[in-house]
Formats: sequence, structure tokens, C-alpha cells
Amino acid sequence: MLTLRFVLRNLARHPLRNALTVLGIAISIMAFGLLRTTVEAWYAGVSASAANRLITRNAISLVFPLPIAYAGKIRAVEGVTHLSWGNWFGAYYVDEKNFFANFTVDMRSYLDLYPEFVIPADQKAALLRDRKGMAVGAKLARRFGWKLGDTVPLKGTIYPGDWNLVVRAIYNGRYPNTDETQAFFHWEYLNERMKVERPARADHVGFYMIGVDRAENAARVAADTDARFRNSLAETLTETEQAFQMGFISMSEAIIVAIRLVSGIVIVIIMAVAANTMAMSARERMGEFATLKALGFGGGYIALLVTGEALALSLLGGLAGCALSVPVTGVISQVLGDYFPVFLLSGETLVLQGGAAALVGLVAGVVPALRARQVRIADVLGR
Amino acid sequence: MTNGREVSRQGIELAVQQDVGIGQPDSDAAPGHAAALGPGGTVGRTATASPPIRLVGVSKAYRRGAQVVPVLTSVNLTVAPGEFLALMGPSGSGKSTLLNLIAGIDRVDAGSIFVGETDITTLDEADLARWRSRSVGFIFQFYNLIPVLNALENVELPLLLTPLSGRERRERARTALSMVGLSDRMDHYPGQLSGGQQQRTAIARALVGDPDILVADEPTGDLDRVSAGEILDLMDGLNRTMGKTIIMVTHDPRAAERAGRLQLLEKGELADAHP
Repeated sequence: MLTLRFVLRNLARHPLRNALTVLGIAISIMAFGLLRTTVEAWYAGVSASAANRLITRNAISLVFPLPIAYAGKIRAVEGVTHLSWGNWFGAYYVDEKNFFANFTVDMRSYLDLYPEFVIPADQKAALLRDRKGMAVGAKLARRFGWKLGDTVPLKGTIYPGDWNLVVRAIYNGRYPNTDETQAFFHWEYLNERMKVERPARADHVGFYMIGVDRAENAARVAADTDARFRNSLAETLTETEQAFQMGFISMSEAIIVAIRLVSGIVIVIIMAVAANTMAMSARERMGEFATLKALGFGGGYIALLVTGEALALSLLGGLAGCALSVPVTGVISQVLGDYFPVFLLSGETLVLQGGAAALVGLVAGVVPALRARQVRIADVLGR
Repeated sequence: MTNGREVSRQGIELAVQQDVGIGQPDSDAAPGHAAALGPGGTVGRTATASPPIRLVGVSKAYRRGAQVVPVLTSVNLTVAPGEFLALMGPSGSGKSTLLNLIAGIDRVDAGSIFVGETDITTLDEADLARWRSRSVGFIFQFYNLIPVLNALENVELPLLLTPLSGRERRERARTALSMVGLSDRMDHYPGQLSGGQQQRTAIARALVGDPDILVADEPTGDLDRVSAGEILDLMDGLNRTMGKTIIMVTHDPRAAERAGRLQLLEKGELADAHP
């Protein structure tokens, strides 16, 4: 206990210097956590993916559609329990800056396949009844102030024209990482208009979504599905939902690598700052260390004091950094909700923040501890 | 069989039981005498319990780059058990170096230092540190207290090296502080104590492990005359009543007068000894 008191009271020797170091560590640990959360937000779609869902798209590119006629053949593949389909619609609300993720889907089968979109029964019934009905995420509804029954005029880009849709359902996510910023409406409605306005684009879908009976059958179902359309005009590529999502992320991998690099650099910088503080602190106390040695304490005890102080300093900063991360993540989630539908500080990130703080302390303390350990009593206490 | 360490520890305990100190300035006891350490002051007669110190052909030089500066040359010295020895000499004469070598905080270039039967020059660093913690109490000119620990904690600190429990450590530390007349300053930090009080705390720290030898490097060098007198009274009391062997380096003739023997050093060699 005396040793612990000794270590902790050493932190109070230079209150301003140590407080600034703790503040620096806190901000760095918070920045590390936020950058990590940003990367996690990027992967939110991947982490929200179900292992027993597959996505089938045109083997050439997602840009090219698949015939709706494939539905029957896919359904016939052994192990397929659910099938839905949809298109990336890509419309915006009033102004281009009001962009959000919007799809057309085969509504009934889609809601069966994606139970994480939780819709009250009456709203679901209304949505299924209205061919112009649209389901919107709770966050998206808040963003634009949409309420049930509102008619939302969308400007089509991929499917040009005005699309007046009615908000019939507002869904909430079943899980914290469920995206609540999307909107989806009936593929049937799109197809009806395409038949009239652009017949060549009718009866086509952007992708199929397949539910399989067991996750371990996913690879076989994917292979069987693609085999059915081999050598056809529109060959398919079927992959797990996770792999499909990863395909989007790989496009921005350089950004993610850069963010990870920056988060590492932040830790290295604060290591240097903490090491400097500890070096100054140890240098000022060489006389004390020599006295302790004269009293009979070994170099190990002195190294323990210095390392313990560095560790206490950095863990204090780490704790403050973690505590700061929680509200700041909340604010960022509000402000950048349009870009990061899911921006949550994960338990894993908190653990890593704590680990990073401990690492900073240990690394910052090692050199001063070694120097203090090797102090020669007679050199310091005089001859 | 009761050895000297046990006897002097009994002395510490008795001193506390009777709530008196050794050579306290505010004590009614005459300075320099056992302030009732035990019944009839009998506890003080432990001088023969401490081991003798014998230096044989001790030499030491320091290197400044390529230059070798001899500090001590073939020093032979014997310090009897329970002796109070003052080392005096001009600056650079090697007295602090000699003290450091005897205390085991510096290494000889040649020669041997026997403390009892142990040649401390043959001990490795770890054994030497253990020996210091058991056998030597240090009193420094500038006290060298830990500023972030209060008086009680400073005194308790060396006992971390013993197997004593926390409660026992604190009890011993309180006892030692009471002996030096600081029972009402235990919660004070060094910065809240006067120079004399700080040196008393340092003496309590030196004393708490019940070492055989006390080494003091200019213990009054940073104190005013009154405080210096009090510290010397205290050291005198420790020597007379508890039989502690004390080796003190000093420039102050008044301090040297309090020692039982004065040894002069000149240019790294012992000059004529004075009784």
C-alpha cells in the first residue's frame, strides 16, 4: 500500500505538467477510439450481415441487371428457404444533397428475409396494401421530419422521373448496428412504371437476396445457384451477404488503411509525449532513487516505481479518454448520421483504448525506469 | 541468548512505552544522555553487540576521462563496536568517499572492508543492498527525505524490505519518530518540517531498521546552530544508550567534539588519529 501511495503521490508532484500529459493522453485515446469507431462504422454493413443470407448479382457487374425470370430457378435450388429481390433506386429528396440509401424490393419476401427491420403490424399491413407505400428508417424519418401518411416526392436518377411515395411504415432496427437510414418501396410499382415508360428495363432486378436453411450450406447453395445460369446471357455471381458488403468496402480500402495508420500514429505521438514527461520526472528524482538504493532497495523496485507512475499516468488519461469517447461518439453519431448510419462505440474499442493506454504507459516508462534502475548511488549522492 | 539487535529494539520499545525520546531538546534529560531509554539506562550498554569495522589497504580512485585521480590510498582503519568516529579533513581529502565505501554504496579499487566477519567488498550488488538494508542507517546532509511521503511514511519506507506486516511497520515507524521527539509531526510532509525536524525524521528512518552502524555525512551541515546541537545530542544519545556505531563526516569542529574519536584525512591518507 505504501508503494502504491508513493506511486500515486508522485503524480501530484508537478500537477500542471502531469495534468497536461493526462489531458494529452485522454485526447489521444479518445481520438484513437473515434478513428476505430469510424472504421467500424465503415464495416457496419458487414457486421450486420447474416451468415445465412446470400446475394446474387450479375457476374459482370452490379450495374447490370438480372431477369426476374431467374426467381423461379433460384427458388428451386436445394437449401433455399427465402427469396427476395430488389434494385438500387438511387433517388434523392427534393435536392441532390438530400441523398439517402433507397431501394425497391419485393416487399413481402424482403420483410420476411430481413427481420431486423422491425415494423409495427398495422404499419406493415398498410405498407403491403399500398403499391406506392414506402418504409423508412426511424433516423431517416427524423432527418427529414417525415411522418406516417406523408407523400414524399423523390427525384429518380437511375430511374428518371418524379416518384411520389407515401410513408406507410417507419422501421426501427432490431440490433444496435441495424441501419435506420434507409428507405425501400415496392419493386412491383417500379416494374409497372418501367413497363410503360421504359419497357426494356422492365422485369429486371438488380440483385436477388437468398435465405438458406443453414449457414453451412451457404457455399453450396451459392455454387448451385451460379451453376444454373452458367453460359446464359446474364451469368450470376452469388456470395454471402458479408462478402457482398465487403466488396463495397474494398473500394475505399485506402481510406480505411489511412485512418488506421493515423490512429496508430496518434498513439505513437502520445507515447513520445508521455515518455518525455516520465524522463523529466525520473531525471529530477535521481537523488531520491539513489537514496532508495542506499536504503537497500534494489533497482527492480525503483524501476517498478517509475513504470508504475508512467502506467498510472497513462491509465488515468486512458480512463478519461474512454469516458470522453462515450458522449463524443454520441454527438458524432448525431452530426454525421447521414454518412455513418451506425456509429457506435463498441466494447472491443473500449478494451483496445484501455490496452493502448496501458501500452503507452509501459513504453513511456521503460527507458526512464531503466535509467533510474541503473543509478549509481555514489555518483548521485556525492563523494 | 539475547543479541545486541534485540536489546536495542527493546530499547526502542521501552522508549515509546515511557513516551520519551533520546536527547530531545524538549526533554528534561540532559543532552547527550540516555533519556530514560530503559530502566536505569541499562539498555544502552549494548556497545559490544555491534560488529567491528576493519578497513585493510583500501584504495579508491576516480577517472575523469583518461585522467585517474586517486582519492584514497591504502587506508587502514578500525572502528570499534559502539564507537562514535568523526572523520574530518579538507575538501577533496576523501572523507565522504571513505564513508561511502564503509557504508557499501561505493566500491573499492583495492583492499577489503570487514564488518564483523563479512568482507563487504566481495558481496555482489544484490547482497550488498541486502546488507545495507540490515546493517547501515544513513543520515545525509540534506536529509534526502521523500517529499511526497509524510514523516511516518518516510520512516516506514525502509521497513518495506523486511517481512513485517503493514501494521507492524507503522508501529515501528511511530516508535522511531517518538524516539527522535517527533510524535506530534508524523503526518507532516518534509516541506512542512523545519531543517532540524527533517533531520530528526531522517535519523528515525536510519534508526527504524535497527542497524548496527549509522553513517552520517555532514548531518549538521545544513542546520542552524541550535538545530545542529539538537541533532548532535540525538546522535550522541543513540551512540551512548543504544550502542550504535556512528561514523560521521563533518567540517564542523563542534560536531567533531561530540564524537568519541576524531580521525583526520589528508590527501586520501589517514593523518594522526586523535582519541
